[in-house]
Amino acid sequence: MSLQTTLLLIPLLPLGGAILAGLFRNQVGRVGAHSVTILGVAGSFVLSAWILMQQIEGTLDTVNISVYTWMIADGIRFQVGFLVDHLTSLMMTTVSFVSMLIHIYTIGYMRDDPGYQRFFSYIALFTFSMLMLVMSNNFLQLFFGWEAVGLVSYLLIGFWFKRESAIQANLKAFLVNRVGDFGFLLGIAAVLLTFGTLDYVEVFGQANSAIGQTLSIPGGMEWNILTFICICLFIGAMGKSAQAPLHVWLPDSMEGPTPISALIHAATMVTAGIFMVARMSPLFELSDAALSFVMLIGAFTALSMGLIGIVQNDVKRVIAYSTLSQLGYMTVALGVSAYSAAIFHLMTHAFFKALLFLGAGSVIIAMHHEQDMRYMGGLRKYMPVTWITAWVGTLALIGFPFFSGFYSKDMIIEAVHESQRWGSGIAYFAVVIGVLITAIYSFRLLYLTFHGPEKFEVDADAGHHPPPGKQPAKPKESPLVVTIPLIGLAIPSVLIGYMTIEPILFGGWLTNDGSIFVLEKNDVLAELGHHFHGATAMATHALSTVPFWLMITGFVLATGIWLFRPSLAEMLRNRMPWLYRVLDHKYYFDEFYRKVFVNGAVSLGRNLWNKADAGFIDNGIVNGSARVVGWMAARVRRWQTGFLYDYAFVMIIGLIGILAVWVAMVP
Amino acid sequence: MNSAQLLLAAPEFWVLVMACVIMIVDLFLREERRGIIHMLAMLTVIFAAIITLRGDFLANGLPSASAFNDSFIRDPMGDVLKVFSFVLMGLIYTYSKFYLRNFKMFRADFYTLSLFALLGVMLLISANSMLMMYLGLELISLSVYALVAFNRESGRGSESAMKYFVLGSMASGMLLYGMSMIYGATGSLLIPDIAEAIRVQGSDDILLIFGLVFVVVGIAFKFGVVPFHMWIPDVYEGAPPAVTLFISSVPKLAAFAMAYRFLSSGLGDLHIHWESMLASLAILSIILGNLAAIMQKNIKRMLAYSTISHMGFVLLGLLPGTAFGFGAAMYYVIVYGIMSVAAFAMIILLSSRGVEAETLDDFKGLNQRNPYYAAIMGLVLFSMAGVPPMVGFFAKLMVLKAVVEAGMIWLAVSAVVFAVIGAFYYLRVVKYMYFDEPENETSITAPVDFGAALTLNGIMIIGLGIFSSSLITICMTSFGV
Repeated sequence: MSLQTTLLLIPLLPLGGAILAGLFRNQVGRVGAHSVTILGVAGSFVLSAWILMQQIEGTLDTVNISVYTWMIADGIRFQVGFLVDHLTSLMMTTVSFVSMLIHIYTIGYMRDDPGYQRFFSYIALFTFSMLMLVMSNNFLQLFFGWEAVGLVSYLLIGFWFKRESAIQANLKAFLVNRVGDFGFLLGIAAVLLTFGTLDYVEVFGQANSAIGQTLSIPGGMEWNILTFICICLFIGAMGKSAQAPLHVWLPDSMEGPTPISALIHAATMVTAGIFMVARMSPLFELSDAALSFVMLIGAFTALSMGLIGIVQNDVKRVIAYSTLSQLGYMTVALGVSAYSAAIFHLMTHAFFKALLFLGAGSVIIAMHHEQDMRYMGGLRKYMPVTWITAWVGTLALIGFPFFSGFYSKDMIIEAVHESQRWGSGIAYFAVVIGVLITAIYSFRLLYLTFHGPEKFEVDADAGHHPPPGKQPAKPKESPLVVTIPLIGLAIPSVLIGYMTIEPILFGGWLTNDGSIFVLEKNDVLAELGHHFHGATAMATHALSTVPFWLMITGFVLATGIWLFRPSLAEMLRNRMPWLYRVLDHKYYFDEFYRKVFVNGAVSLGRNLWNKADAGFIDNGIVNGSARVVGWMAARVRRWQTGFLYDYAFVMIIGLIGILAVWVAMVP
Repeated sequence: MNSAQLLLAAPEFWVLVMACVIMIVDLFLREERRGIIHMLAMLTVIFAAIITLRGDFLANGLPSASAFNDSFIRDPMGDVLKVFSFVLMGLIYTYSKFYLRNFKMFRADFYTLSLFALLGVMLLISANSMLMMYLGLELISLSVYALVAFNRESGRGSESAMKYFVLGSMASGMLLYGMSMIYGATGSLLIPDIAEAIRVQGSDDILLIFGLVFVVVGIAFKFGVVPFHMWIPDVYEGAPPAVTLFISSVPKLAAFAMAYRFLSSGLGDLHIHWESMLASLAILSIILGNLAAIMQKNIKRMLAYSTISHMGFVLLGLLPGTAFGFGAAMYYVIVYGIMSVAAFAMIILLSSRGVEAETLDDFKGLNQRNPYYAAIMGLVLFSMAGVPPMVGFFAKLMVLKAVVEAGMIWLAVSAVVFAVIGAFYYLRVVKYMYFDEPENETSITAPVDFGAALTLNGIMIIGLGIFSSSLITICMTSFGV
């Protein structure tokens, strides 16, 4: 099997599965649908892992091949191609692994759903899109993958399309992403304008030539072209990776089935923005202003979204806000040029966040689709596997030493501390306080769900969809197809950080082969590398650092409040109602958007429709020209009389006409 | 004349032999075994395609080769056109079998006549002398006249066949007259010799211009462009859909080849004259075709006028006289053939037992009756209207690019304006299919091979659009672009 075939198979296997499960859903049936998609995704995982192994061993260099040239317009090649370097193969393997486990988990979670095959078709299609996105070697294909994951995300958030709230949520996700995508498209257009090509390698090769070039925008301002490109591209990333203020769609996306929340809205799709910025590091490195912007957006998101997580009651929403906050950490890392640290956190986060989501899903199954934590509690004795894996996920999330999240998050904090970038002081404050917040909401989730007294009653008559606080039967542990993925994700959640921190962050695995480019003056990780003495030493050293003690503080606070003195939470809320209200309303982002953009757009639209469209365009231009065309057409039609002599006459007239004009023209 | 030269015409010989074989085999077949005829005809086109594709006469590095005292030429353009003729024929046979069986017209004459017409198409595509051109042309015409009247019980069929015959004879006469004048001016029947003679003696001979006008009229009749289009709506409506399938697609490929060989290879030095003639014919066709189509209630007549405007676009590609333009026109004509057979296949599909689908109303609510076929019809219509990413968009794009490169912006602009007006009547059918209630609730069923062919046809329409460079490259390299 040639390399090109292998690379082609990696995205095409899930696509084939998606087509079979989607278009032939009645023919393949339920078992067939999950079999083909799981086989497809497993196939691409094995091949991705094989590519990754070869790159780790050094037997495979960076691959940059063009598979198909779609068209060449005005000298610009539009093509499908693969650029597989260390960054890509790492992403490919992570995406396909998490996706494979989630496919398996879905068998259990969606067991009774009538849209079973459709669901498998969508998630396999998603895997295809995401793989196309990460494997691309040009901006066009990147954009294709970018939009394709957006589309699948839209389809999946609204998977239960009969629910009003699901439709609202997917529309919202779609619209908010449009805002980001607009910026992204502008960025790509600016790249094309500046470099005249869409090929990564060619663009990065010419990046230096664009230094100092400016772009005049209407109004007489001059912008540094690189800053413009980078900020536009990053706006795209803000949409997809849900950075404030374009984050509003992510919590609502929890309307989708839980496996989707895990796959798309935690582990993979939302990291596309992070991946993209890391991929574009040769451009971002050349613009300090853009990097500062990236860092500050990330810092704001990391801190503010974590705070909201503390007041949420829906188990999935807490994790959603936690995702926002963690994405903020990754973005901060990008902003301080610690791209490797961002990718490293992306990878560890993919594992433990998918684990937490799937754990939440397991709880939701056991609780008969009750998602409100206020009606849970004490579940640990019913579902031990879920409970233990949830602890593992939580410890990884809060960054407990030796767990994977510890290594990635601590490195980000250190990198921000080390950075000299404008505004890094604020960012450092945000990410450090973020550790405390993370610990508080994580343990709150854990305690409310698994510990403390049971806050539901068993009532045999409660029915399949019980009212709050009632359960038709005792909760019980989820089936093996659910718990096996939990265990499969728990293992890397513990180990992957310890095992890979050295090569990824300090061995130059991502930078030596050119996947990621960092200017020497910005290279904070190289600086940190001087103080790094192995993963074990880092963990023991952590005991004397501020973040560790903040985390312990958070743990103590959360334990005190939600495990021993629940009344304390009530009291705090009553003592500071304004703070609670602000957090509960998520800083009024939604209200603001609704008032200004939604209502504004609606009234603008209504006016345009009434006055401009219906009045001027429809009545004047459209109907007017239609009337003219209709009148002419009625005339023309009459010439076709049906009589042979008329037909012959027309031919003769035509002949004579041509003769008259052209023979007369000859000198 | 050696055997190697004879081999150049191997596909033609094969089709000729098979047409005769089918005619004879039918004599010994019982009524219910007539499926064999269909299989034989399918085999004929499949093997003809294989023989053509295996033509290794190009192996010696020559771009083309000729036989029969240079009156028959084999070159890449001809081969591409022939292969697509065979592909279209395969689709046509599959579609028409369903129709012929439904309407109790499943007779071998259809197959023999259409194979002879195909032979005419192949000869016309390869014709390198005026004599061969005329032979090919008449072979097509005579077979098609008979085919149009194939349904002997239909008065309308006979009427339109009669009209077609009279008008076609007139056109043939004009073409012959033009050829005789060109022969008189140049002293040769062979296309290359004509070109040589004109180059030597100059192109301002009044006799030549006269001849050119008559030849252009003959070609225009074959394409069916305004004002030589009057036969098209009547024939499309009168002929059985199985025959219209053929008339609307394969002969257009031959007409393109004839126009190219005659005008470019033969009368290339008169380009300045035929360029403006074709431009007027093209723009008249695009205007009239699109306007008249709007008023049609009959789907076949609507498609007939749509053909007229599409052929106007083909002329647009021909008229700049550049290699790129010819490539674009060839691409257009092939694409049109693919779309056209799919559209008529839908008419066949909608014809229930004994009752032909005639009016646009038959398409109402098609989506409720059969969403799959409605989707394919949607693809066809969007493609004909020129909506990306369907293949019809790229066909228009290439042709317009050729025109713009030749500096005739006004022509391109007016063509686009009327194409937009034309989009109305295609999209109206889409509206009928998806937003109106069906008048006829019976479900639509088709045999497996029909469905498979239609699926393949739909895949071609979208696939050749998404992977547009494939076919474009083939067409362009035929002309060395």
